[in-house]
Amino acid sequence: YVTYISLFFFSWDETHFGKMGSYYINRTFFFDVHPPLGKMLIGLAGYLSGYNGTFPFQKPGDRYEHHNYIGMRGFCAFLGSCLVPFAYLIVLELSKSLSAALLAASILIFDTGCITLSQYILLDPILMFFLMGAVLSMVKYNSCADRPFSAPWWFWLSLTGVNLAGAIGVKFVGLFVVLLVGLNTVYDLWELLGDLSLSLVTLGKHLLARVFCLILLPLALYTAQFAVHFAVLNKSGPGDGFFSSAFQSRLIGNNLHNVSIPEHLAYGSVITMKNLRMAGGYLHSHWHLYPEGVGARQQQVTAYLHKDLNNLWVIKKHDSNTDHLDPSCSVEFVRHGDVIRLEHKETSRNLHSHQHEAPMTRKHFQVTGYGINGTGDANDFWRIEVVGRKAGKRIKVLRSQIRLTHLATGCILGSSGKTLPKWGWEQVEVTCTPYVKETPNALWNVEDHINPKLPNISLDVLKPSFPEILLESHMVMIRGNSGLKPKENEVTSKPWHWPINYQGLRFSGVNETDHRVYLLGNPVVWWLNLVTIGLYLLMATCTIVAIKRGVQLTVEFKELSEVLLHSGGKMMLGWLLHYLPFFMMGRVLYFHHYFPAMLFSSMLTGITWDTLLKFCAGCLSCSVGKRVYTYGTLALMLLIVYSFYLFHPLSYGMVGPMASDPNSPMAGLRWLESWEF
Amino acid sequence: ISDRSLTKPFCRMLGFLKQPVVVTAEINMNLVALTVMGLVNRFWALSYPRAVVFDEVYYGQFVSLYMKRIFFVDDSGPPFGHMLLAFGGRYSMNVPIWSLRLLPALSGALCVPLAYQILVELHFSHCAAFGAALLILFENSLITQSRLMLLESVLIFFILLAILSYLKFYNLQKCSPFTAGWWFWLLLTGVACSCAVGVKYMGLFTYMLLLATAGVHFWHLIGDQTLSNVSVFCHLLARGLTLVVVPVAMYLSFFYVHLTLLYRSGPHDQIMTSAFQASLEGGLARITQGQPLEVAYGSQITLRNVLGKPVPCWLHSHKNTYPIRYENGRGSSHQQQVTCYPFKDVNNWWIVKDPGMQQLVVSNPPRPVRHGHIVQLVHGITTRYLNTHDVAAPLSPHSQEISCYIDYNISMPAQNLWRVEIVNRESDTDVWKTILSEVRFVHVNTSAVLKLSGASLPEWGYRQLEIIGEKLSKGYHQSMLWNVEEHRYGKSQEQKEREVELHSPTQADISKNLSFMARFTELQWKILTLKNEDTEHKYSSSPLDWITMDTNIAYWFHPISGAQIHLIGNILTWASANVATLVYVCLFLWYLLRRRRKICDIPEDAWRLWVSAGGLCVGGWAVNYFPFFMMEKTLFLYHYLPALTFQILLIPVVLQHLTDHLCRSQLPKNMFSALIVAWFSSIYLVYRTFSPLTYGEPILSAAELRALRWKDSWDILIRKH
Repeated sequence: YVTYISLFFFSWDETHFGKMGSYYINRTFFFDVHPPLGKMLIGLAGYLSGYNGTFPFQKPGDRYEHHNYIGMRGFCAFLGSCLVPFAYLIVLELSKSLSAALLAASILIFDTGCITLSQYILLDPILMFFLMGAVLSMVKYNSCADRPFSAPWWFWLSLTGVNLAGAIGVKFVGLFVVLLVGLNTVYDLWELLGDLSLSLVTLGKHLLARVFCLILLPLALYTAQFAVHFAVLNKSGPGDGFFSSAFQSRLIGNNLHNVSIPEHLAYGSVITMKNLRMAGGYLHSHWHLYPEGVGARQQQVTAYLHKDLNNLWVIKKHDSNTDHLDPSCSVEFVRHGDVIRLEHKETSRNLHSHQHEAPMTRKHFQVTGYGINGTGDANDFWRIEVVGRKAGKRIKVLRSQIRLTHLATGCILGSSGKTLPKWGWEQVEVTCTPYVKETPNALWNVEDHINPKLPNISLDVLKPSFPEILLESHMVMIRGNSGLKPKENEVTSKPWHWPINYQGLRFSGVNETDHRVYLLGNPVVWWLNLVTIGLYLLMATCTIVAIKRGVQLTVEFKELSEVLLHSGGKMMLGWLLHYLPFFMMGRVLYFHHYFPAMLFSSMLTGITWDTLLKFCAGCLSCSVGKRVYTYGTLALMLLIVYSFYLFHPLSYGMVGPMASDPNSPMAGLRWLESWEF
Repeated sequence: ISDRSLTKPFCRMLGFLKQPVVVTAEINMNLVALTVMGLVNRFWALSYPRAVVFDEVYYGQFVSLYMKRIFFVDDSGPPFGHMLLAFGGRYSMNVPIWSLRLLPALSGALCVPLAYQILVELHFSHCAAFGAALLILFENSLITQSRLMLLESVLIFFILLAILSYLKFYNLQKCSPFTAGWWFWLLLTGVACSCAVGVKYMGLFTYMLLLATAGVHFWHLIGDQTLSNVSVFCHLLARGLTLVVVPVAMYLSFFYVHLTLLYRSGPHDQIMTSAFQASLEGGLARITQGQPLEVAYGSQITLRNVLGKPVPCWLHSHKNTYPIRYENGRGSSHQQQVTCYPFKDVNNWWIVKDPGMQQLVVSNPPRPVRHGHIVQLVHGITTRYLNTHDVAAPLSPHSQEISCYIDYNISMPAQNLWRVEIVNRESDTDVWKTILSEVRFVHVNTSAVLKLSGASLPEWGYRQLEIIGEKLSKGYHQSMLWNVEEHRYGKSQEQKEREVELHSPTQADISKNLSFMARFTELQWKILTLKNEDTEHKYSSSPLDWITMDTNIAYWFHPISGAQIHLIGNILTWASANVATLVYVCLFLWYLLRRRRKICDIPEDAWRLWVSAGGLCVGGWAVNYFPFFMMEKTLFLYHYLPALTFQILLIPVVLQHLTDHLCRSQLPKNMFSALIVAWFSSIYLVYRTFSPLTYGEPILSAAELRALRWKDSWDILIRKH
């Protein structure tokens, strides 16, 4: 359908996903906010086409040189070009009208945005492929409804499930298409339930078939792809820090891999404590004092992200200063609810808190290192507690989530996540929070543990099981996603910008001499889509009110209204489900998030205009009507093709002066001031 | 037909002449009793404690600002609620506590008869309606909330009023549409809805629910083919007018009154734009009043950033230069710093200069600066030119550094030409206006745009805000827009004289008026987008805690006597309400599925009643509860109270349904009634047990308090002796 031109430059997010493809080939562990399927497929495509994973992907605009990247790009482009036949088949199936299908397909062929987006190594073409695949198979199995439990019915039903798994496996946006299919299925079952000719047993079979194909199968596939992800990525890499200590012990090359340490905490143990918030640091202290004017002038306590000797603390009893490592003493384990004192190993000061305000978070208390050689005061006492455990139980290394409550003030030791100024070496602030809340900020776990008197056990025993790592990686992904907040004073794309094609996204090239690619929808197509949504709502309301008022329709019009309400309704629902949720998202949004919704909107355009033209033709006499229908369709097609001819340089690359310059080939096409090409 | 319909009212009009005037009053003693009980229960020792309790601090401040007519912005909601509270405080002498708490208490008390009426209008028995009212009466959390100067009880009152008037309207719809009563209740629905939204934005949820219900009912009306097309259209028009147009108009009128009443400048001025501030009496208006409107070559101006985030600030420069090397080793131009400074200062003054001329005074007649003109900006005190080079900015290395140019003679010529682009222009030849015009400064050589990055400079920049030249301007953002705030035509030729002139206050002679709509839009936008930084509060909770009441809020604590007031509900009512919701949803699904298979367990009428009552109560609970899961602001238990009210109304609905349809014979019916009586008495008992925490008296001992801590997660303050 479409021929794609490859470029020698790589652009924008290719730095991101291309690099992740390389990680798969090199088997190094990384962290990304999206599920792994898309990147895994990119990596696979690269591997099969002979890419060796060595290109650094540092900044947009670098040349690929001799690296073999065509495989990865070709793969994405191929999936992107599949969208066109998918749209054609969906609309054909829904409206049974060839011209509607052709219209929808031509919109996607000649949309500059879709072309640009599928030319590069991005997740979006993969996502859209699975998404359209799911819709196509859903539509197909719906039309098999008269032959339930036949081979094609089973085939399309299970294919829907497979595609759903693919869609959520690429990006969480895939959940919206799951919702669409889910609603469609509920409606389907509701219809079956109302059919009194079906026995309850048959209904049960229908229900089970759907539960199996649309819930269990996708879940199994989704889990399987995570299993592959964890199996492939077994080397330590840049993503380690995002995960808990137990998770890290799985990775080859990580310092927690294959080590053996004592399992239960005992008095006299030397430990490091890691904060449980994502990318939280180790509890740290050093000789430097808090500067004048910042609370009490005592030794700083911070959270530090790297391994260091200053992260080591010794657990002592709160009331005695005996050396527990003395061979004559017997081993005494630390138990849930004990009152302890934490002594910093290098400086021999105690972890201390008092009612001075913390340096950055003013409502919290300051945490300091206090005392000389372990003798301090009553403000050095902390109660150690394990979340969800009863009193008197021992405390486990890595596994136990520990909370340290300050005895005198009742506050809880936590890391606020704020970076200290230069006097604190830009480490992370540690405070004592008076608000008793169950957040990972206030929870810690013991990572290193040295106690010569206890038997070491291999950490393999503590290795998390697959369900645990699955759960953890989801938690980290969700937190990562909600952490992508726009900064203040930063220009961000707003959801209302998208359907009106207000602003595009610069893919590569800035200056006049660069090869510039700009992601922007074909404005004629997009505005046509926008108008069509209004038109559709108007037509649907008129039709539905007319039917409700009991207007008698001819057979022909009845069929048309059926197509308009049911098929158009499905597409409308798809558009709404893929568009409206973005208004409620707090994270950074980009223009390309609209493209799944745009696919539905394009198919809706095909159906609506075809219905409208047929309706007009039906009202007129036979020969005139036919002519109106043919010419109308043709005029729309020509409009789309011509606008593509005008705007095609956007996606195939522009060289030369900017559009504001009258010499540019794009001069006069910058219809909105906010377009930057 | 027309003949009869004309003569009939005429006859009726004359009818009163033939008969004596008789007034027959029908008084529902249930209603009276309930109202009296509600009043007693909410007004009991209302002025105790004589202290500011919890959020009364904020509302008290707003009320006093109202009294003084000082403008303020409250991001928690629209102004109608504050206005009502201030109205209560208006007729008070020296101790306003009682009168300030009067209105919330009154609305809380009236919720009791409203609940009764709602169930009656839903066609439930008087017994069930009485039960619903009693449950509301004995709900400790609602009592606490309505006895203090807080807005939730007012909100709940308006919500219930809206529901009740819609039900009255709907019941009239079947027999007598377009009568006076019909119009009255329909109009009251719209008015109550707008009042609810005007008190707190939460009212929007119930408004939406009512709109949806009205939509469904209207849909049935469309299907009614006995009605002509015209009358269907009239119905639509009437509903559109009363349920959409009237509320919107009312909402606007709240703001109109608010803005008319508060005409003095006050503590929140800084949040608003210069144009808004200039429309208030005092404050900025005192300075800007009468300054020249059109910026001309030679004008002396201060430039304020339009965004106002993180703090409102003015373009500023001072003698100090950028450090030669930053801490991270990058180099700078070592030229004079340009920052954004959040305080008024003589260093905020700039002079607009024509690049083609040397003089820094306004010629006579003044030559105004228009959109697209190229200007130089001269810093008033140091007479250096605003400049930018291809040098990275101190904190945002992707953007250009902005400086005031110092000629070091090192092949780095000045690039100090800026193009003035008026963003909110009407035509391309618009003149740059003081306060009103929002302007972008585009650097002529590099097309960088002057922008506030939002970051604070380190020590060397005195923690002032960083100003950058954004090279890749991605569309419009308010941080790139500037407006002239203070302005005067410069007269002094000499630098010394000019400095004196800059230090002197401005004065001249034009005033600016902003239209109501412009002020409304700005205020509304500010209310919606203003965010409080501090999201942590000792008593904040998550929506999941509310449903089982795992949390409470200590409102007030007497440090000596240990008396305390808590927002804590009647735990038995909460639990029963949850059970009722669960039973309702399960039964509803069961009936629904069975009906689809054409098996009818209950008669058609009962089913319709079940759907409408449940739809309203469960729907009301759901719309007032679930949206909180998506909110990012600090949430408290009292946000759940509107949802809880709906949930409580559901209990008698479910109970009556169970007695009527599931207890077939007499014996279980009697047993069930006995159970209900027992359950009601235990609800009363729980209410009595917790009333010391609700009313703050009698004072309990530590042991008694400890005994009241029924859940470990409740935070009841026990004094240490």
